[in-house]
Amino acid sequence: MTLVRDLISQGLQMLLVLLLAPLLTGFIRKLKARLLRRQGPPLLQPYRDLIRLMRKDVVLAETASWLFRVIPYIIFAGTWIAASLVPTFGSGLLFSWSADLIAIIALLGSARFFLALAGMDVGTAFGGIGSSREVMIASLAEPAILITVFAVAMIAGSTQLSTIAEYMGSSAVGLRVSLGLALVALIIVAIAENGRIPVDNPATHLELTMVHEAMVLEYSGRHLALIDLSSQLKLLLYVSLIACMFMPWGAAEPRAGDLALAIGALTYIGKLLACGILLAVFETSIAKMRVFRIPEFLGAALMLALLATLLRFVSGSL
Amino acid sequence: MMQAALWSVAMLLALAPAGIALSMWKHGSAMLYGACLLVSSALAAIALLNLLDPSHPVLDATLPIGLPWLGAHFRIDPLAAFFLAVVNLGGAAASLFALGYGRHEEAPGRVLPFYPAYLAGMNIVVLSDDAFSFLVAWEFMSLTSWALVVSHHREAENVRAGYIYLLMAGFGTLALLLAFGVLAGNGQYDFAAIRAGHRSADVASAVLLLTLIGAGSKAGLVPLHAWLPLAHPAAPSHVSALMSGVMTKVAVYGFVRIVFDLLGPPEWWWSMVVLAVGAPSATLGVLYALMQRDIKRVLAYSTIENVGIVFVGLGLALAFRAGAMNSVAALAFTAALLHVFNHAAFKSLLFFGAGSVLNATGERDMEKLGGLIRRMPKTAVAMLVGCVAISALPPFNGFVSEWLTFQAILLSPQLTSWGLKLIIPAVGALLALAAALAAACFVKLFGVSFLGRARMPLAAGAQEVDRFSLAAMFALAALCLIAGIFPGPFIDAVAPVARTMVGNSMPHQTSMEWLTIVPIAESRSSYNGLLVFTFVLLSASIASIAIHRFASDRLRRAPAWDCGYPDPNPAIQYTADSFSQPVRRVFGTLIFAAREIGEMPPPGSAAPARLTVETRDLIWRALYAPIGQAVAFATERINILQFLTIRRYLSLVFAALVLLLLVLAI
Repeated sequence: MTLVRDLISQGLQMLLVLLLAPLLTGFIRKLKARLLRRQGPPLLQPYRDLIRLMRKDVVLAETASWLFRVIPYIIFAGTWIAASLVPTFGSGLLFSWSADLIAIIALLGSARFFLALAGMDVGTAFGGIGSSREVMIASLAEPAILITVFAVAMIAGSTQLSTIAEYMGSSAVGLRVSLGLALVALIIVAIAENGRIPVDNPATHLELTMVHEAMVLEYSGRHLALIDLSSQLKLLLYVSLIACMFMPWGAAEPRAGDLALAIGALTYIGKLLACGILLAVFETSIAKMRVFRIPEFLGAALMLALLATLLRFVSGSL
Repeated sequence: MMQAALWSVAMLLALAPAGIALSMWKHGSAMLYGACLLVSSALAAIALLNLLDPSHPVLDATLPIGLPWLGAHFRIDPLAAFFLAVVNLGGAAASLFALGYGRHEEAPGRVLPFYPAYLAGMNIVVLSDDAFSFLVAWEFMSLTSWALVVSHHREAENVRAGYIYLLMAGFGTLALLLAFGVLAGNGQYDFAAIRAGHRSADVASAVLLLTLIGAGSKAGLVPLHAWLPLAHPAAPSHVSALMSGVMTKVAVYGFVRIVFDLLGPPEWWWSMVVLAVGAPSATLGVLYALMQRDIKRVLAYSTIENVGIVFVGLGLALAFRAGAMNSVAALAFTAALLHVFNHAAFKSLLFFGAGSVLNATGERDMEKLGGLIRRMPKTAVAMLVGCVAISALPPFNGFVSEWLTFQAILLSPQLTSWGLKLIIPAVGALLALAAALAAACFVKLFGVSFLGRARMPLAAGAQEVDRFSLAAMFALAALCLIAGIFPGPFIDAVAPVARTMVGNSMPHQTSMEWLTIVPIAESRSSYNGLLVFTFVLLSASIASIAIHRFASDRLRRAPAWDCGYPDPNPAIQYTADSFSQPVRRVFGTLIFAAREIGEMPPPGSAAPARLTVETRDLIWRALYAPIGQAVAFATERINILQFLTIRRYLSLVFAALVLLLLVLAI
């Protein structure tokens, strides 16, 4: 009986992240538009876009190989699985032990590896520029997030996300300098990984500084829909990650009752809204960076994360 | 079993002279490689049977050859069995690949005799149980591989590679010779006596440093790596695979045998030295790899990276062992050995792929390839698996060993030494950086050579390679996947080695629920490759079926969009150099002293603009060039001695005699 319940809860989580991801993106877009005194697209526009794209024909470049057609599914599956393994409304999901935090990050790494390959597949200059910049950003962002994970994992004594979430929710944590540094590093990485301003601009298309959009330039129809959905899922994943590690309030305990689950779900939506508002305000108040300023931005994240880890090594209480 | 192993090695040695005769005959190379395949498979089977036998028998034998009062001792213990398995699985795969690849050899007489001898040399190093046979086999392995490196001796580059390799190999053996000399202070050269002997802390530390130099130079640790990216690509591709995938592992074996087995309990600062060499090797190796455009050279530099990762694991194991935390030491040690196995698998696979590309196009330069996924679809699939595996991405095997190494790093705050507490976070950061850069490096390798459009007509007309080469590649690709989704049995196979070397082993993994791997406790960390792989596969298929069924499955082909400016000229594609340009700008100015010089023609001139990029190998300039200059300077001075009259020579002889007698008298 508990197994069935756990399975349902895990299945719910998978559906929840899939359904919420476009909404989060729509919310941020709407909010950004309102902050700029524009009307903005309706909240549900991302869903409409996805459905419309899925119904359209795929126009495939003549030089595209079979890999180009397979990659959207790989990216989507990898990101979806990674997003469903991050606790959202409650910790202690059925399959949360199948991949710890390092494995989740590596799973996102796999998705990026294939996305960068897709950029190179058609053999255009735009795809190449996108891929080469993406791997440059990743080569700094990935170590930064791994070291952040090290810092958090050493404090919580585990790389298991549900254990970390429970530990962070308990009173044993207290205020720690290293956690603060880790949070800043994680936010910087999250901004870079999701291609938000100031690293990349998700709204532009024809700009020489673009990264993500350049890689997916040749995609159309259902392939593009899947890739869009994957990047929405990735944004949701990072927000959930920050929420579950640094805002663990209200999340349901493992094997909690229906009421706790409902409270967990409500607080989770509250956290998403809060992070969305912060992101929208941040993005409207800052300009995009030049590409070669990005390494400095990410290097700062790497150093902060390293400092957090070092503090943990030096003293157990910092 | 021991007899069977020794007879197999003897057969390999016997195949060497047979190779001379076989090289004259049309089907000779197939015969020879077939025989090598059989013998290597037999040896691999012996090693695996020994390793998986629950009683872990230790076999030994003594042959009346070598030094008359010593004889040649041979022994198979779990450590030797593990490396014997790695050597011979690699050897068997390379022989299978060569069944097809070797047919294209222009001068088979230069390869065939040395190939089995080289395999035999590596086997004897692993089997030998006394210092004399170990060193003789080590040098034999170096010399036969040198002969294979210069087998295409008409290219000036290969001759230079061979020369530098010979120098460095000699230097490495010298260091090992001194290490054994110090170890066997009482004149007892068999390993059992060395193991039983006691030595002071200073002597033991000297041995550690000498071993790190000797084995490290063969394994390619920075800064002793300079020969590796020259020599490994110069050999025929199946030999490159053996040198990179297997011989560096024999060097790791030498290090483990001496430091973990013969030397006794470690001092705490040994691990600092090993970590301080291993972690920079990992990062620098992959950064160098990222700057290359020759496929085989990329792979050779990436070997330096992976050897660095192995040495980080070994260094952590030393640290935990010195801190009397044997169960964590076992975790780090297992991670290192698992990476040894994994790297042997995917690096051999990638070199086979590079060899296939070389065969099909005659080109190693990525900038002239492109679009090979259409011309060589099967090679491309195998290469893709190798690239994902070496980038340490799930669900393949490279991820498992790096994940275990990270888990060991996460346990290191428990260490008491302050030096280690400060160095290990940096090691972790360097390792994470290396993992991310490796992914960039292999996106570039696969993307530039296999994807996109063909840049040269040769690449456009490439043909898929023969079925033996494909069989070897797919066997290794399957191994990479299996070791990635079922890592439990592989970790358990390493357990007896860890028990004999660090006194403990990881918990039994195959008995865990759902075949999850759990290094310490499930609440701490766990990873299940099988479930992750199944989930990804399932959700990808569900998404694909659902979309094709309910939304749209129509597809049209059209010219590339490219923002409305598609250019049919393949030269507009990103090349290997342009792909690595952002990374070069971020890391290169510091590490390679990279400079970009743009030359713009004056207004009105029709001359093309030029961009020149200069990168310099700072290690070569700081370490190797001065030594070379000093040697050249000294030889020029001593050169006078060649042109003396007989009278002067006689007086020199007299003076030397008097000097020696004086030394004796005093």
